[in-house]
Amino acid sequence: MTPSISNLANLFSRRAWIVFLCALALVVVVAPLTRMLPADHPLHFSDYLMLVIGKIMCYAMVAVAMDLIWGYTGILSLGHGLFFALGGYAMGMTLMREIGTQGQYGSVLPDFMVFLDWGDFPWYWAGSDSYLFAIVKILLVPGLLAYVFGYFAFRSRIKGVYFSIITQALTFAFMLLFFRNETGFGGNNGFTDFKRIFGYSLAEPATKTALFVITGVTLAALLMLCRYLVTSKFGRVLTAIRDAEGRAMFSGYNTKNYKLFVWTLSAVICGIAGALYVPQVGIINPSEMSPANSIEIAIWTAVGGRGTLTGALLGAGVVNGAKSWFTMAFPELWLYFLGALFIGVTLYMPKGLLGLFARRPVQRGK
Amino acid sequence: MLYRLRRLGIQIYLVFIFSSLSTVYALDATTIQQLAAQDSDSKIAAIKRLVKNQDVTAIPLLIEMQNGRLNITQQGQPVALSESGQVKEIPSGKILNIAPEALQTVTVNNRLRSSIEVALAALRLSVADHNTRLRAAQELTTAEDEELLELLERSLAKESAGDVRLLLEHALANIKIKSPDAEMRRDAVILLGHSDNPNTKLALANLLEKKADGNYVEADKDVRMEAAKAIAAIDRRLVIPELIGTVFSGLSLGSVLLLTALGLAITFGLMGVINMAHGELMMIGAYATYVVQVVFKEYLPSVFQYYLLIAVPAAFLVSALVGIALERTVIRYLYGRPLETLLATWGISLILIQFVRMIFGAQNVEVTNPAWMSGGWALAGGVVLPYNRMAIIVFAILVLWLVWSLLNRTRLGLYVRAVTQNRSMADCMGIATPRVDWMTFGLGSGIAGLGGVALSQIGNVGPDLGQSYIVDSFLVVVLGGVGQMAGTVLAALGLGELNKFLEPHTGAVLGKICILVLIILFIQKRPQGLFALKGRVTEV
Repeated sequence: MTPSISNLANLFSRRAWIVFLCALALVVVVAPLTRMLPADHPLHFSDYLMLVIGKIMCYAMVAVAMDLIWGYTGILSLGHGLFFALGGYAMGMTLMREIGTQGQYGSVLPDFMVFLDWGDFPWYWAGSDSYLFAIVKILLVPGLLAYVFGYFAFRSRIKGVYFSIITQALTFAFMLLFFRNETGFGGNNGFTDFKRIFGYSLAEPATKTALFVITGVTLAALLMLCRYLVTSKFGRVLTAIRDAEGRAMFSGYNTKNYKLFVWTLSAVICGIAGALYVPQVGIINPSEMSPANSIEIAIWTAVGGRGTLTGALLGAGVVNGAKSWFTMAFPELWLYFLGALFIGVTLYMPKGLLGLFARRPVQRGK
Repeated sequence: MLYRLRRLGIQIYLVFIFSSLSTVYALDATTIQQLAAQDSDSKIAAIKRLVKNQDVTAIPLLIEMQNGRLNITQQGQPVALSESGQVKEIPSGKILNIAPEALQTVTVNNRLRSSIEVALAALRLSVADHNTRLRAAQELTTAEDEELLELLERSLAKESAGDVRLLLEHALANIKIKSPDAEMRRDAVILLGHSDNPNTKLALANLLEKKADGNYVEADKDVRMEAAKAIAAIDRRLVIPELIGTVFSGLSLGSVLLLTALGLAITFGLMGVINMAHGELMMIGAYATYVVQVVFKEYLPSVFQYYLLIAVPAAFLVSALVGIALERTVIRYLYGRPLETLLATWGISLILIQFVRMIFGAQNVEVTNPAWMSGGWALAGGVVLPYNRMAIIVFAILVLWLVWSLLNRTRLGLYVRAVTQNRSMADCMGIATPRVDWMTFGLGSGIAGLGGVALSQIGNVGPDLGQSYIVDSFLVVVLGGVGQMAGTVLAALGLGELNKFLEPHTGAVLGKICILVLIILFIQKRPQGLFALKGRVTEV
């Protein structure tokens, strides 16, 4: 099972590799080049478009993570927004520290702490000025929370709707917690007004382009990782759990450990996505943890087509693209559209958009 | 200087005239002249003198002065000038034939008004009527004027009614506590220890605080000790009313939760449908109440008090109809696939929210309580049990009873239970299962509408109303155990009480978080919910 070059080549079909590499080249090479064109050039890649696509790539990571746990393992999480936000907050803490004394009050402390009349950083802000530690937190905090939560949940065999409801309660509880000013994460307003990342100004077009490229590369890497997982024997066990958990158990698989692993991995991916999302968008606040956001993640995956990683990518792109367009063109119709999407997809497109295009049943794990 | 001299001259002249008249009026002329003076200070001095002399006859005059109607005739007689220009003699109200132009108006400003208020209260302490004295004493509990000290002590000595005495003591203590004399302050603290007012407790606790410079607010050690004792005494006496208050608000939160979760218990528990639009059905019920209320206000204002009698069935019907429409168009295709119903109904909820927002606007609408619902039953120590909360508890019990008898005493209930237990068997026995399905779903939705009526009476009605209850109500159902109405009741009341008992220690938000974490832990232990574990709700 060790990944070798030939295994790697087998990850995608020949055609998929071409599409995958072309997309990667577009993000890594073509996008930065077109950024260099003058602003009025028709091929110029504008800041706005790059922000939208950058955001969608972050969402796509979340959708892929959701697909792992829901599409492949059959566990619907309504709390993935929480892990996304936690990664974002971990990143945001370090970005807040990098503002330094350039805040409104000229203090080393972030503005909201000055505002609360706090003399010093609370203990959990220790080490938040180090990017290395930030990266550790981005991976560990969502991962650890998911591990502990999943350990208890899967141990007592909480399944289906019950699991969904308590994940929803979990993200709701965290949202309430983060809304409090005393929690020490900026309360209502969260973190914003970032100035620099790794010492580079976030206002610089070059920094933005770099973040965009990094997001693209991370997405590609995560996609390959997930593809590797779902095409491996491990992935087969996951689908077995989804389709008949009892049988998988009686065949000698400890389904709890499989579920726990994929659940934790899924949370870590969300954390990474959140960490990449925050410097691009420039804000993180507790509303990211609202139950509504997490349910929306499920619909991205469902729209594209569950149980196919491509579907998750497609869904995140289509739904969020539509959202960007609607909120600009017809803001009051967006909720109707989203609502209709939820109903339509569950009633008429159980296989999502990909199901519409597939000539025969979508092949999984091949 | 010249002006002052002239005024003095006039005063002397008037005093002369006045004393030469044999007046029936007890107020002496100097006081009246001082009241008529230009500067507020001498007016206040005059008012204080009236209080000092406990001159009850001055009350009508002060009332006129407070209203700005007091005028002085050229003879120095105080009269009231009504808005219609009539000049009336002050105690008798007899109309005098004097031209308003010939009068000198006594002007009042806010500072004067407040000292008149205190003076009136102080004077009213000597009135025979018990209620007047009680009200006056109540007013004086917030007075801070040290000059009232003597008067209060005198009144206290004369006073026989217990309730008035209590208030007077309180008023005295409030003044004494500001005194520079430590002995006096100690007396005051001991007196305040007899009070049941939570504000008194705050004031006493404040004495024990440290100021910014590290010294106590109260410098004297003895006084601080007495204050601590007094606080402990107040706490001891407030334990019972506060406990009742907490249990009551827990009960009221529990019945709100019950009303929101009961419908859900039917759709989720009996039908296996995760109805995320349940909150929106409540919101529709609340808006139905709003519409009924507006119609009553507009067309039937005389019977406005009874609008809820129409609002309750209206809300039930509207929500039930919306629910049935949803069941027929969407949900019936998704039976047996709970995760799919979750997503589809979430979509429905988004559409309903946006729909209501477009019709009624994004702002909250105002639903007026009927008059009989406002106010509350006051217990000792400032604990009030509001009538609207009581009404909701009663309403929840009624709805619960109705649902229970519907499910257990009617043919429809029998069918519902049959379909829940074994759908195909019920089908074979000739039960029209689709009909039972939509009727059950309609029932659950209608009960959501009833929950909406209750919510409209205690909180804001806006398009997002349902969103804030959906997580809570699902937790109640899950905690109570699916398909168990008794479990739902127990879970709702238990959560309500737990919430209210945690709140004072942890704050509202942290309390809520604690409960969510506890529920998550509890469900780990008992995924089937609470009901099998009868009576262990406190261990949640």
